[in-house]
Amino acid sequence: MAETANGTFQRTIAALVQDRPGVLARIAGLFRRRGFNIASLAVGRSERSGLSRMTFVVEGPEEVVRQVAAQLDRLIDVVEVHDITEQNIVWRELALIKVRANAGKRGEILELANIFRVNVIDIGVESLTMEISGGRQKIDSLIELLRKFGLEEVIRTGRVATLRGTLVEGEDDGLFQSDASKSTYTLPTATGESGSV
Amino acid sequence: MLKHLTGSEIVCEALIKEGVSVVFGIPGGAILPLYGVLSKYPALRHILTRHEQGAAHAADGYARSTGTVGVAFATSGPGATNLVTGLATAMMDSVPMVAITGQVGRAAIGTDAFQEADITGATMPVTKHNYLVMRADDLGRTVHEAFHIARTGRPGPVLIDIPKDVFIEMGEYDPDESIDLPGYSVPGMADEAQIDAAAALINQAERPVILAGHGVVLSRSFDELRELAEKAQIPVVTTLLGISSFPEDHVLSTGFPGMHGMAYASLAIDQADLIINFGSRFDDRIVGDAQRFSTGSKKIHVDIDPAEINKTIHVEAPVVGNIKDVFGQLLPKVKKTTHVEWLQHVEHLKAEHPSLRIPESDRLMGQHVVKALSDVTKGDAIITTGVGQHQMWAAQHYQFKNANSWLSSGGAGTMGYEVPSAIGAQVGNPDKLVWSICGDGGFQMTMMELATVVENRLPIKYAIMNNNHLGMITQWQSFFYDGDYQAETYTGNPDFVKLAEAYGIKGIRVTSQDELESAIREANAHEGPVVVDFVIEKVDDLYPMIPVGQSIEELIEDPN
Ligand SMILES: Cc1ncc(C[n+]2csc(CCOP(=O)(O)OP(=O)(O)O)c2C)c(N)n1
Ligand SMILES: [Mg+2]
Repeated sequence: MAETANGTFQRTIAALVQDRPGVLARIAGLFRRRGFNIASLAVGRSERSGLSRMTFVVEGPEEVVRQVAAQLDRLIDVVEVHDITEQNIVWRELALIKVRANAGKRGEILELANIFRVNVIDIGVESLTMEISGGRQKIDSLIELLRKFGLEEVIRTGRVATLRGTLVEGEDDGLFQSDASKSTYTLPTATGESGSV
Repeated sequence: MLKHLTGSEIVCEALIKEGVSVVFGIPGGAILPLYGVLSKYPALRHILTRHEQGAAHAADGYARSTGTVGVAFATSGPGATNLVTGLATAMMDSVPMVAITGQVGRAAIGTDAFQEADITGATMPVTKHNYLVMRADDLGRTVHEAFHIARTGRPGPVLIDIPKDVFIEMGEYDPDESIDLPGYSVPGMADEAQIDAAAALINQAERPVILAGHGVVLSRSFDELRELAEKAQIPVVTTLLGISSFPEDHVLSTGFPGMHGMAYASLAIDQADLIINFGSRFDDRIVGDAQRFSTGSKKIHVDIDPAEINKTIHVEAPVVGNIKDVFGQLLPKVKKTTHVEWLQHVEHLKAEHPSLRIPESDRLMGQHVVKALSDVTKGDAIITTGVGQHQMWAAQHYQFKNANSWLSSGGAGTMGYEVPSAIGAQVGNPDKLVWSICGDGGFQMTMMELATVVENRLPIKYAIMNNNHLGMITQWQSFFYDGDYQAETYTGNPDFVKLAEAYGIKGIRVTSQDELESAIREANAHEGPVVVDFVIEKVDDLYPMIPVGQSIEELIEDPN
């Protein structure tokens, strides 16, 4: 499990939830009550009608954040939940970065954009907006490099994640370091059976 | 068969289909349409309480004592918010309840309308689930889902909020529609591998202790618990809410542990090499300092709620499943054995640490009262309590003969539970003797329900343990605040005998040990309700005691 700079731990949780009014409030309430801190949250309709997918990154003391999936699973509106922290997952974040760019600096910035393989989605007289997706470190590095030009706005999404479908690990960009030996949480199923998730 | 009915009729028909025969409640504008159809459904007996908190606790007492779902009605706004303490009490102790509240009309929701309260928002943390139903067509399905959720798995309270115009609207009700809750699964049998691991630990253990929690009571696994304990000769410690899940006159019965439990129970847990926890959540009043809790033992935790596993105490062998099913799976795999040395040691602990010594005093002490109640009723009564010293004396000194005859607010520690919970218990068990052991503090929080008692001719016996103090507060201030007593003395208590008489209830006052037995017999013999004002000594201390957050090492047995 990833330890953050301030000594807390992060876990990535993927959930399939009912697309109903109040569901987010229930989940937010649970997080608040139990002292789970949401580092990021991404929500959207899923491929199944009436259901949404949520990806949370939660932060807190190790023993506390290990409980997140089990507590979420108690909510009736949460249909499925997986703590995928220690699984083989791919994940991405997206950021829109608006940077100050007058004619003189534009070339240098576009070159950076090229190296990072990001899309420039808007060019104005004094600024330029680019879109980058990838792992957190890649986004962090680009933001650092752009800082000297003057950042006007940085808008980041939460993490979205999914289990890898293949055993072949693709480009490690965004791949969360997995350590299967640490996995202790097993998700009990309807029959009381438990299987690792 | 599809029925075309008003929302109110759908609610009543669905309640009846769920087997409901009694509801506790108070009407108000938003729920009046529901009351408007009650006369058409004589199968639903409505008991009018004097406060919605009383309705909720009565439904809770009914549910705990009968094993069925308790039902409460309240109107919107203040009616609904008055239920909150009762819901929180039921939630903490996993009690199956369904609360139905009226809400302002759909068009008015969100406008701060008269008597509008966002009760689904307010009760999210204190219900297992809740609903705001916006169409009469959804009412039938919702009521059936609510009962299913309330009574299955780890039970709990469910609230259904219904706007006034939804009660009036015509809707379709299909009583045969099946429930479809993809996000809700009910654990049954446990995984065989978990059972095998647990059985292996039990078969190897030399100093095992069973910790029987409320889960044993809720799953009605009394016989199974006894069978397992006897087969492998394992001492049984019950938690505060596990009390009455195991016969207390049994040689293997080893009391209840924790803050004010029996010292020998806490010591047995501390010295065990295996703790087999059936349906207790390792509450902090038992565990104290988690780092120092029974460090020499391995632990098996059987619970229907996977979120309880490893929540406070790390366990070697988790078993997730319905406790009754788990007993069935475990019993054939547990070897018949005796733990002679260990049992002798536990007997020795019981002898060395009697814990239940009643202070030698000529004056009337709380312990004397409970002991006499236990003797005179032969442990045969249903006991409900409030919260405080009297609750601990009741837990310590009443020798329960019958399974599931102890009703107390364990998790929430709700003062005021004593008066209305007894109403629920008596309504659910009209032929049983119900004694409510009350604090003078807690009694005064809900004593308006004496009117409900009278109105419904309930022969409840109320024992007020009248120390003119918030005794437990006195005690904490004595221990933890250097005897700086603040706001713990009552100087304005009413004359409880006269109060009872004002309600037309028989009142008896007892001030000395000599009068105890005859007064209790007199109360038992009286056909109707009785209030006995036991004027007891105020005491600053209640032993044994393990101070908050500490461990068995800090146990104070009895300094006298
Ligand atoms: C509703 C509520 N308010 C406050 C408390 C805190 N509290 C715990 S015990 C206690 C004193 C109880 O006094 P009483 O009912 O007279 O019982 P005694 O301890 O004297 O037996 C108080 C105030 C509580 N448990 N519940
Ligand atoms: Mg008192």
